[in-house]
Amino acid sequence: MAETEIKNLTMNFGPQHPAAHGVLRLVVEMDGEIVERCDPHIGLLHRGTEKLIEHKTYLQAVPYFDRLDYVSPMCQEHTFALAVEKLAGITVPMRGQYIRVLFSEITRVLNHILNISAFALDVGAMTPLLWGFEEREKLMEFYERVSGARLHSAYFRPGGVHRDLPDGLISDISKFCETFPAIIDDIESLLTENRIFRQRTVDVGTVSKEEALDWGFSGPMLRGSGVPWDLRKAQPYDVYNDMDFDIPVGKNGDCFDRYLVRVEEMRQSLRIMKQCADKMPDGPVRTTDNKIAPPRRGEMKQSMESLIHHFKLYTEGYRVPAGETYTAVEAPKGEFGVYLVADGTNKPYRCKIRAPGFAFLQATDYLSKGHMLADMVAIVGSMDIVFGEIDR
Amino acid sequence: MEDTLNDLGDYIAGRAGRSVISWDVTLGELSIVTTRDSLSSLMKLIRDDSNCLLKVLVDVTATDYPEREERFEIVYNLLSLSHNHRVRVKVATDEKTPVPSIVPLFSAAGWFEREVWDMFGVFFTDHPDLRRMLTDYGFEGHPLRKDFPLTGYVEVRYDEEQKRVVYEPVKLTQDFRSFDFMSPWEGAEYILPGDEKSKKDPAEKAS
Repeated sequence: MAETEIKNLTMNFGPQHPAAHGVLRLVVEMDGEIVERCDPHIGLLHRGTEKLIEHKTYLQAVPYFDRLDYVSPMCQEHTFALAVEKLAGITVPMRGQYIRVLFSEITRVLNHILNISAFALDVGAMTPLLWGFEEREKLMEFYERVSGARLHSAYFRPGGVHRDLPDGLISDISKFCETFPAIIDDIESLLTENRIFRQRTVDVGTVSKEEALDWGFSGPMLRGSGVPWDLRKAQPYDVYNDMDFDIPVGKNGDCFDRYLVRVEEMRQSLRIMKQCADKMPDGPVRTTDNKIAPPRRGEMKQSMESLIHHFKLYTEGYRVPAGETYTAVEAPKGEFGVYLVADGTNKPYRCKIRAPGFAFLQATDYLSKGHMLADMVAIVGSMDIVFGEIDR
Repeated sequence: MEDTLNDLGDYIAGRAGRSVISWDVTLGELSIVTTRDSLSSLMKLIRDDSNCLLKVLVDVTATDYPEREERFEIVYNLLSLSHNHRVRVKVATDEKTPVPSIVPLFSAAGWFEREVWDMFGVFFTDHPDLRRMLTDYGFEGHPLRKDFPLTGYVEVRYDEEQKRVVYEPVKLTQDFRSFDFMSPWEGAEYILPGDEKSKKDPAEKAS
């Protein structure tokens, strides 16, 4: 029998591909259908956010955080706000903290709906996407009512939140918490027991506990592997230590477990949202220190001092004492951190953004080695990557 | 929290001996300064020691201080899940001196170090794959250095005649404006226009 030489095929995947979740370019070396090596090329969405932030005042830096991971904007603003508050020693009033936790959880649901439905689409199920997006739209309406923008809200600011909740929002959020579990059940009925979905996800992209730690995983990627680690519990910020919720943990660390963890996290988020809505205290929503938070519009018409504060805050900004901090929150995707170095001026000296997706994507090569090409799509889908935060 | 971190800093300094130059706890965060030569051994120690167990490398980054002799400060943020504490390790270097890579200890370091190489031009020895990470193919320079301009050096556009994307030097229709916010009565480092007259010595004024 004549021997034929088989050469590995180098294939280019993306950057224009629906399963690439944005602008991921993978250079894949394949032996037939089997992935031998996979080299992600990233940076196609690099905008130099960190450099830009170095040239902006602390307040002007906030909107950049919306544009990192554009499906969970508020959680990222939260990190930056917490970092600045830590350096400047600002305390946030209780109502402000409750609003932040409430909206962080809305953000988590928002993110998980997108991930679950897009992941289902990657492995061949179309309907969850259509159902999920209707619910996302309702949540984005809450965003809009509170900040005026559906996506890039710039709502969490150092010192609290920008504005108080409008009338009736709390009761509408409570109503949503009542109706949404039925939608989760519907989506689950399409996926969890579905034979095709299970064939595509179970035992695909398995990560053990040790591997997850070694690769710097966090969030559902880490919990899917059975590590009960959540910054909301372990290093609580704002009022998370008053909240009663559970941390779902996976068992096998495969794509299916990560999906299940996310579904359960949505239910837990609803629990937190309900608690926030019930316990929402009265009072100011941002710090009363006029050197940090701008005055109300009405005051400015009456008081010279308010006018000066307003002018100074929106031109010069406030100064943050020299120091450095690494502050992290449990963003929907995992640990989102900001390493902020202040030099005593009104601009950050250095602001490094630690995106959870960056660490996940790094492990693509390791996870997809030996899998089929189509499984690689499932692995990338289950990682929940968004290029805004990876490329920065 | 502060006390346990102080104890931990004391402990690490005791175990690591001379490889710890200094350590301090500020704002509830422990940071340790070490030398390039002892970086790997210190990292291995704090990863495996049962009192530290800093198993997760959360982040590697750098800060540029052009006025310092060794201008770059490489910052490693580590996290321990079992003890629930964070430690920051810092090491200084300059443009020419490489830093040992810690990829053999933490797989996660691979891309983080690549990013530091890309953004700051700090070289890591024994890194398995030290290519550029976020910038364009064929990009020159290291954008996060403080002496790199915000606007960069080249811009791209699609050329209708050549039917391809062309690279050109940056042309700004308006000069880049950088405002400084030092108020003149709080010790600004420059002289306001007109103020130089008041500083002239009387002898010069007479002539």
